[in-house]
Amino acid sequence: MTRLLEIDHVSVGYDGTTVVHDVSLTLNKGVIGCLLGPSGCGKTTLLRTIAGFEPASAGRVLLDDQVVTQAGWTLPPERRQVGMVFQDFALFPHLTVAENIAFGIRGQSSRARRERVTELLQLIGLPDYGRAYPHALSGGQQQRIAVARAMAPRPRLLLLDEPFSNMDVELREGLAREVRAILKQEDITAMLVTHDQNEAFAFADRIAVINAGRVLQWDTAYNLYHKPAARFVADFIGQGRMLTGTVLNEHEVETELGVITGQIPEACRPGNPVDVLVRPDDILPDHGSHVFGEVTDKAFRGANFLYTLRLASNANVLCLAPSHENYALGERIPLKLGFNHLVIFPR
Amino acid sequence: MRTAPVSLQGWFSSSRLKRPDAWSLGVPLIAAILALPVLVIFGHVFIPASDVWLHLRQTVLQDYVTNSLILMAGVGVGVLLIGIPTAWLVSMCDFPGRRLFEWALLLPLAMPAYIIAYTYTGMLDFAGPVQTQLREWTGWGWGDYWFPQIRSLPGAIIMLSLVLYPYVYLLSRAAFLEQSVCVLEVSRTLGAGPWAGFHRVALPLARPAIITGLSLALMETLADYGTVQYFGIPTFTTGIFRTWFGLGDPGAAAQLAGVMMTFVLVLIVLERYSRRRARFHHTSGRYSRLPRYRLRGWAVSGAIMVCALPIILGFLVPSGQLLQWALRTPHMWMQPEFLGLVWNSVSLAGIAAVLAVALALVLAYGKRLRPSLPVNGAVRIAGMGYAIPGTVIAVGVMLPFAWIDNTIDGWMRDAFGISTGLILSGTLVALVFSYCVRFLAVSLQTVEAGLAKIKPSMDDAARSLGTPPRQVLGKIHIPIMRGSLLTALLLVFVDVLKELPATLILRPFNFNTLAVRAFELASDERLADSASAALAIVLAGIIPVILISRTISRSRPGHDTPA
Repeated sequence: MTRLLEIDHVSVGYDGTTVVHDVSLTLNKGVIGCLLGPSGCGKTTLLRTIAGFEPASAGRVLLDDQVVTQAGWTLPPERRQVGMVFQDFALFPHLTVAENIAFGIRGQSSRARRERVTELLQLIGLPDYGRAYPHALSGGQQQRIAVARAMAPRPRLLLLDEPFSNMDVELREGLAREVRAILKQEDITAMLVTHDQNEAFAFADRIAVINAGRVLQWDTAYNLYHKPAARFVADFIGQGRMLTGTVLNEHEVETELGVITGQIPEACRPGNPVDVLVRPDDILPDHGSHVFGEVTDKAFRGANFLYTLRLASNANVLCLAPSHENYALGERIPLKLGFNHLVIFPR
Repeated sequence: MRTAPVSLQGWFSSSRLKRPDAWSLGVPLIAAILALPVLVIFGHVFIPASDVWLHLRQTVLQDYVTNSLILMAGVGVGVLLIGIPTAWLVSMCDFPGRRLFEWALLLPLAMPAYIIAYTYTGMLDFAGPVQTQLREWTGWGWGDYWFPQIRSLPGAIIMLSLVLYPYVYLLSRAAFLEQSVCVLEVSRTLGAGPWAGFHRVALPLARPAIITGLSLALMETLADYGTVQYFGIPTFTTGIFRTWFGLGDPGAAAQLAGVMMTFVLVLIVLERYSRRRARFHHTSGRYSRLPRYRLRGWAVSGAIMVCALPIILGFLVPSGQLLQWALRTPHMWMQPEFLGLVWNSVSLAGIAAVLAVALALVLAYGKRLRPSLPVNGAVRIAGMGYAIPGTVIAVGVMLPFAWIDNTIDGWMRDAFGISTGLILSGTLVALVFSYCVRFLAVSLQTVEAGLAKIKPSMDDAARSLGTPPRQVLGKIHIPIMRGSLLTALLLVFVDVLKELPATLILRPFNFNTLAVRAFELASDERLADSASAALAIVLAGIIPVILISRTISRSRPGHDTPA
């Protein structure tokens, strides 16, 4: 795999405050990446730095091994061949859909341009909309046109700045999959910015979790969920609660739910107090168990229930139980541990 | 996360470092120059009083204040009485002719107050058609009967109310249309009928907008010179003229203008305050077709009467009279002098419009590219001129310009023995400058609204698609802004065409415009002769009325406009 984008110790700041701190990551050709984090974490600023809209105060950004940004120098966005899809789509209201898509194509015959536009309209499933004006279209259609417009000049890299956040929640995941399919079909390398993890999971191959301007983990969705590298990642991705425990030896931790086996980081010595991440799918109701949790809240989700349980120590854990395991509020459920991945953090 | 509003920054600098540049220095500079007249007037408030000023204070100042206050109070009541009911009827009720009235009620806006004033004078005075007809019917002679004197304070109040009510109509209508249907429907489910819905829900919600419209109408009232001068009512504006030209004391005139400015400031504060409050009175963003109360029987004829009367009295009757006079006096307009007047007016208005729009563009882009406290404040100050009476601006322009002229002239004479004379104050420069001060707000508002349609992300999108910043201007900004720029040009053009007092004071010797000539002829009791010039102004004034009515009918989503 060839490296397309390299972010090398980049910091970005304005007006005396640093928004992005010493970020490094690389994105290979054909891979779809994602910058995921709460609002205000600096992810959009980092994306705009990649696009060339924000200068970096330290570090370098490389595209195809060629420096495009370094402290004190920025290649302007129009010379980077980096496409961008904006949160509000930013379609040009005075141009038709076809003219919008053709806007960035240059140095080609008008026939080639027309063909490219037709091809893209086909690709996004709007073949008959070339002559329409943007305001006549629905949000989802506008969004696909914004993607097609950014793809039209065949950019080296496509950046997407929260492109689904203006959409209805029910539509987001579907649209994210649809756009992903389009990008994969054209073998486009892309970077998405979002604060919605489901969107990130549906869209990206690799996800960077960002908090307070720092990249905490740059990994697959599966690893972020099951092997979070930092407490913030564990909290931010998926649901779960921390349970206190004590390290017994190199592969065992004792908690009030019982002894859990798994890999223990070297920093944690036997006898050390630790926090154990308990995901809702790590605990199962089991009628032969002697450990109980009292139901303090329950949410019916069709195929399953999500219970909030209070343990003897007053600590809370979540439990995802099959739908037929229907317990009442206040009832005590016998519990069994079902850990596949042990995630612990030293206290 | 941050969406930078600064996206065309590459134009002048590529870094975000805050160093002064053309924008952040130029915008406050332009604003300072445009604020100069007002600052000069304020400066004169603190200059020790001259004898003339003391004389004024002992004799006529009291009259000016009283008359201006009575005039404003009367016009205030008048515009509210005409503006609110008509706005309510056309936006909330359904009756035959409603859609016609919707825009026709704006027509009196095309009629400058001084023109309607002398038209009615011509119609209602002893030799006019009304009294002549009356005498014919009754056989009365001179002195046999009493007839209301139009050239009086009540007469001026009626004249100004007839042409200024559209401000209240326009803003309260917009407020009624913006109100959520839900609120009115809630009030109906709570048992409020049409009348209760009006005075307990719709009217309180529209109150800030109504006050804004009222303060605009009062600003115009205060600024009026032609009507009160023609009717012989001593007010601030006529007083400033008299002090300057009659008593020959520019300093005292400026001090008088300074006193007048305090009235203006009160109105500005009132307007700003109610505009701010209007935002909190927005009830909901959910719009649907307004359910109108369908009127029947007597209510229909009542509604038609209420809506038709202001149009007939404020537009149809006076413009009909003007047309009749103009047709009777073809020698006035079928001659080269008239063409010269038209040319003077059109070229002057054209230059001022282009300049005002160009300045508005610089200021609006300055605010977009360098949003900072000094720049935003400067833009706001530059937009204040609309509230300042033309007379005050003229005095404020004349004083510094004359000083500059004298200084340059003196210096040139000392150095080279050449007299440069009046470079600024005696020429069109002063006139065009004062138009820019007065009407910049008109162009600024329109240009800013147009610029707001171009989201910063569109600039970024164009650049990420390979367009350098300079081309972004041509490919994105200009095409999108074109309509707004044209509108701004037209609005300033027509406003300049109608402007009277500043033109009277600042025009070069022997330079006449349509407005000046119409006023002069009317003042010389040659009413019929003045009609063709007046009619030309009224016709031009209809253009912005059409523009405004088109804008507001499109402004409300879901409102009944043909899609």
